[in-house]
Amino acid sequence: MPKMSREEYWQKQLRRTLILLSVWFVVGLLSGVLLIEPLNTFVFGGIPFGFWMAQQGSIFVFVSLILIYAVASDRLDAEAGLAEVDDESTSGPGAGH
Amino acid sequence: MGIIGWTFFWVGITFALYIGIAIWSRVSTTAGFYVAGQGVPTVANGMAVAADWMSAASFISMAGLVAFLGSDGSVYLMGWTGGYVLLALLLAPFLRKFGKFTVPDFVGTRYYSNVARVVAAIVTLFVSFTYVAGQMRGVGVVFGRYLEPVLQPISQVVGLEVITLGVIAGMFVVATYAVLGGMKGITYTQVAQYCVLIFAYMLPAVAIAFLLAGNPIPHIAIGDVLPRLDGLSEEFLGTNYSDPFQNFSMLNVFCITVALMVGTAGLPHVIVRFYTVKKVRDARWSAFWALLFIAILYTIAPAVGMFAKYYILSSFSDLGAMGMLAEEEWVRNWAQAGLIQTEAWTDGMSAEAMLQTIDRDIIVLATPEIAGLSAILVGIVAAGGMAAALSTASGLLLVISSSVAHDIYAEIINPNAPDERRLLAGRVTIVVAVVLAGLLGIYPLGFVAEVVAFAFGLAAAAFFPVIVLGIFWKRCTKEGAIAGMIVGLTFTFSLIILMRAHVVLPFIFETPILESFLGVNAQGIGTVGMILSFATIFIVSKMTDPPPQEVQDLVEQIRYPRVITAEELAEGSQVSPGQAEAGGA
Repeated sequence: MPKMSREEYWQKQLRRTLILLSVWFVVGLLSGVLLIEPLNTFVFGGIPFGFWMAQQGSIFVFVSLILIYAVASDRLDAEAGLAEVDDESTSGPGAGH
Repeated sequence: MGIIGWTFFWVGITFALYIGIAIWSRVSTTAGFYVAGQGVPTVANGMAVAADWMSAASFISMAGLVAFLGSDGSVYLMGWTGGYVLLALLLAPFLRKFGKFTVPDFVGTRYYSNVARVVAAIVTLFVSFTYVAGQMRGVGVVFGRYLEPVLQPISQVVGLEVITLGVIAGMFVVATYAVLGGMKGITYTQVAQYCVLIFAYMLPAVAIAFLLAGNPIPHIAIGDVLPRLDGLSEEFLGTNYSDPFQNFSMLNVFCITVALMVGTAGLPHVIVRFYTVKKVRDARWSAFWALLFIAILYTIAPAVGMFAKYYILSSFSDLGAMGMLAEEEWVRNWAQAGLIQTEAWTDGMSAEAMLQTIDRDIIVLATPEIAGLSAILVGIVAAGGMAAALSTASGLLLVISSSVAHDIYAEIINPNAPDERRLLAGRVTIVVAVVLAGLLGIYPLGFVAEVVAFAFGLAAAAFFPVIVLGIFWKRCTKEGAIAGMIVGLTFTFSLIILMRAHVVLPFIFETPILESFLGVNAQGIGTVGMILSFATIFIVSKMTDPPPQEVQDLVEQIRYPRVITAEELAEGSQVSPGQAEAGGA
């Protein structure tokens, strides 16, 4: 039997998705668009910070967000006893348990 | 060998490689043809997504576009990368769990309706065709620019234009590997194409970073170049390069960025990629690899833009326009190719007037020469441009073929067709699609330049809301979905037409019928369409009967990485009948 109910698994995934999407919004749309002017008053290494976020930083963060999602989902799958499932689309119902 | 010789060498070698891969990976089943037998490793799939995604426009035009837009160029940089976060978190793993071949498959099954399936198939066709037309043109343009001296005599003999010859050569290569290998052939050729294009892009970028800043890493070199560029820009153009909102208002930057992000996540040829991997976990990791590979080009592109603009302005500052014409070899070369209008250059002309005579594509095309690379390397850049155009075209053609042959023929017209018959239908439609796309490339319609606004706006407004709500909201009904797709589609489509009438129908209208919608321009209108679509789906779903139990069970299946047995499902709904509502709220 799975160690975690389906409902609990889904709620955990939903919560994580919400958190990661808020970071996505803050980094991309808030710092790169809406607050770019005030952030540009800070200059690091010759580059205004808002401009750097819009053209470089946000992209690095986007890559990291997907990485965090993939790693954290793997961990949650392991907790829920889903990690060993090899190919759920072709295996019969309930296989892997 | 000169530039032309080396270009032929590299383009020839890479074409032979692509066709070799096609022969090695040919398929004999529809599952192989549409989703590569769902056996593509994650890193390879990530590269294929990246190559599929980065078109001739990304490769040739984006750095120039960003250089000319300055800070506002971030709409493309963030828009075309941020969408992958939405794709990875909201769509990819769930659509992989669903496991069928196409986006219309999902829409048709989730919304228990063939009407929804057909609407989705038509939108897919429209979005993909508008997008692919530009790609075939790109193939022709790349051929034309790099191989003109050789193609010129041939074109005189057969009586066709150089660009036409280029398009025909590209059609032949794409048709070969798409028809033989389907998705499998396309995927593995795209892996090779990614390697070619990213190498071709990085090489001149690294060389010019080293030349200007003494540091070979473009991301670091910008710290050295940007302050100097801002200074020159202030002196000659009156504004800092890094100042925002010079070209678009804040509202438009916001709306365009959102429309491109959401549109990216809703583009059928991108979504379908996540069906090709082995399991749900692989879909998540593929999305990561894909964005990582895309980010390499997308973080270098603005640096290339800055380097090139700095180089041009500093050369102008030292020599003046006429001095540049006399001293700089690349100016003369590209003036000959028609990309710099030097006839308009005069003594004492302003920097702004000088920049207006320069085609944006120069930024990427001329960097190898500016950086002083040898002919052998310039040839690689040409092969990279070809790889970018071909890889995107082939991915789109497969999606077009699957919409017609799978969603419309095999699912609706002839559901009893045996597998060989379906495979034949797929191959025939791909050939037809290649020919049609080639014709669109040879005889471009006036609005080809507008296709980006169309493709992304429509994908954002018509697809993204139905798919996301289909996964995250069980209560979402077929009536809601169909109404939402139609509202999003018609609103976005008609507003783009109204705002771009003078470009789409130049022989009827001289000015746009509508300047903007509440300050939002044509590129950003997809954001408004998406909001309307979400609202329509929500309201109509609330007013109609909830979806049948088997559809709610399907949603439950999609959300969980493992197959849920019938007993488990029954158990879940017995224990707490209200759970389905709560889980989807």
